[in-house]
Amino acid sequence: MKLPGVSEFSWRDVATEARLLLIGIPVFLWTMIPIYHMFLFAISPKEDAFSGKLWPDHPTLHNFEIVFKQQHYFLRDFYVQFWNSVVIAAAVGALTLVIATAAAFSISRLKVPGGRMVLNLALFTYFIPAAFLAVPMYRTMGNYGLLNNRWSLILAMVTIASPYAIWVLKQASDKLPVELDEAAVMDGATTLQIFRLVYLPLMMPSLVAIGTYAVLLAWNEYLYAFLLLSNDQDITLPVALGNFLAADDSPWELLMTTGFIYALPPAAVYYAFRRYMVGGLTAGAVKS
Amino acid sequence: MAITLSGDQSIPAPPLTSRLTTAQVWGIVLLAPYLLVFLAFVVYPVGYGLWLARAPSNYVALYNDPIFARAAVNTLIFLVIGINIKMVIALFLSGFFAQQRTWIKWLSVIFILPWAVPSIPTILSVRFMLNPEWGVINHLIFSFTGDDGPNWLNDPTVALSMAIGVHIWKSLPFWTLILITGRLAIAQDLFEAAEVDGANWWQKFRFITWPSMQTLYITCTLLSMIWTLGDFNSVYLLTGGGPADLTHVLSTLGIRYLRLDQLSLAMASIVCAMPFVLPLVYFMMKRLSR
Repeated sequence: MKLPGVSEFSWRDVATEARLLLIGIPVFLWTMIPIYHMFLFAISPKEDAFSGKLWPDHPTLHNFEIVFKQQHYFLRDFYVQFWNSVVIAAAVGALTLVIATAAAFSISRLKVPGGRMVLNLALFTYFIPAAFLAVPMYRTMGNYGLLNNRWSLILAMVTIASPYAIWVLKQASDKLPVELDEAAVMDGATTLQIFRLVYLPLMMPSLVAIGTYAVLLAWNEYLYAFLLLSNDQDITLPVALGNFLAADDSPWELLMTTGFIYALPPAAVYYAFRRYMVGGLTAGAVKS
Repeated sequence: MAITLSGDQSIPAPPLTSRLTTAQVWGIVLLAPYLLVFLAFVVYPVGYGLWLARAPSNYVALYNDPIFARAAVNTLIFLVIGINIKMVIALFLSGFFAQQRTWIKWLSVIFILPWAVPSIPTILSVRFMLNPEWGVINHLIFSFTGDDGPNWLNDPTVALSMAIGVHIWKSLPFWTLILITGRLAIAQDLFEAAEVDGANWWQKFRFITWPSMQTLYITCTLLSMIWTLGDFNSVYLLTGGGPADLTHVLSTLGIRYLRLDQLSLAMASIVCAMPFVLPLVYFMMKRLSR
């Protein structure tokens, strides 16, 4: 038995550590290589990027300058498209939170008749493969006259994010003691006051997790954005990146630079809210 | 006040508001936004899509389209091989990441990245790495062997394997995370007792870890199957369905028909997957709504 603070050198520990490293190093390389490769392109002049070097001879920030100054015809609408991504992700986050919180409160706290059925319907949507739902949804958005309108993408992403959001929020609401609501009713609180003053503050950690989830989902979405939006002024940045590929002579170093810039916000958001996300989301994903 | 005399007329029900409590009225009001979204963007599209796909001629056309048969086989390969490889690795890595070491904790923070960042730049990055002329992989092969490397995305079998690799790269972190949660829920004294009895790691896995995680593992595998069916990016961004439309899976094929303005074929190809998807969905719903 090892005493705390007393470090004993033992060959057994060294062997364990070595075995762990034998797993850890490949895991690190496997995870980082595509990301590093993207970064490498972003800091390489075109000649270096295409030469297969693992580090450029002349690392440069020139690619970032081209992107930020929009000095390539592929990047004409960089800021507009970036802004579209921001607006759509923020709208999806906000709308999902409003719709899902209201539904979860209604099902879990108010025990609305038929609530259980609505939850099952929502779960059913959660289990429709996303690319399968995209096919009829594309046509429906056309019927509604929403194609090429950012609302089509916002509503589509809210449809996809809500079921999981309702599910996770309902699980979290069920854990709040029912006595809280009863005490508030005794004090003469109306339903809306309970919602605003008792329910929302207690649900804050789950709301942060769900809001982050919806924002990341919308920010990272490619398929629905690519189907539903098409004008250069309306598309989000991933769609613009996909359109790069249509050209024969794609400026890959700029594609990777733009992609790298696009990948930074979600990574930052994820790390900022990681504590909420891991607990809040994995608990709801699969009940073991 | 009117008094009804005829016998077949029942007493009118009291007005709705008096039968429902205020809380229930609020319940309905608060539930309404989601119901509207559900009706407008799930029920109507799905119903409309099924109606479009109703003609048997669609299924004859699909049956005669060699790309469809190929896509169906590719989807099966993706599910059976891809998911099992992914889940076994995730199960193994969940044990690795559950170890208490500072550097492993840091590695787990990095390990999440593929899941958190958007698919498009990372998958395109892999696509360029595999480029036969300029890609870094063939550069390395050339500098070590002096031979040209393979044209990775030109052979359908290799290209499909690479797409499966990309899919694993992207979704492995999520499943590992879930399985770590499952592992941490196992009571530690079971392991301590086994240690005292002199059990080796395999016996500990076989008799403690696996029995405790079996249900979670199977649920994750099934859920992963459903989500993999909806994974469009891994194949589309890496191979675009090529070469010669030989690496399509059902999700990219549906979108391909859609882009060719053949919506009924697109829907029909999805309907063909339903006998397979619906039992999975039914099972998942049963498990989750217990």
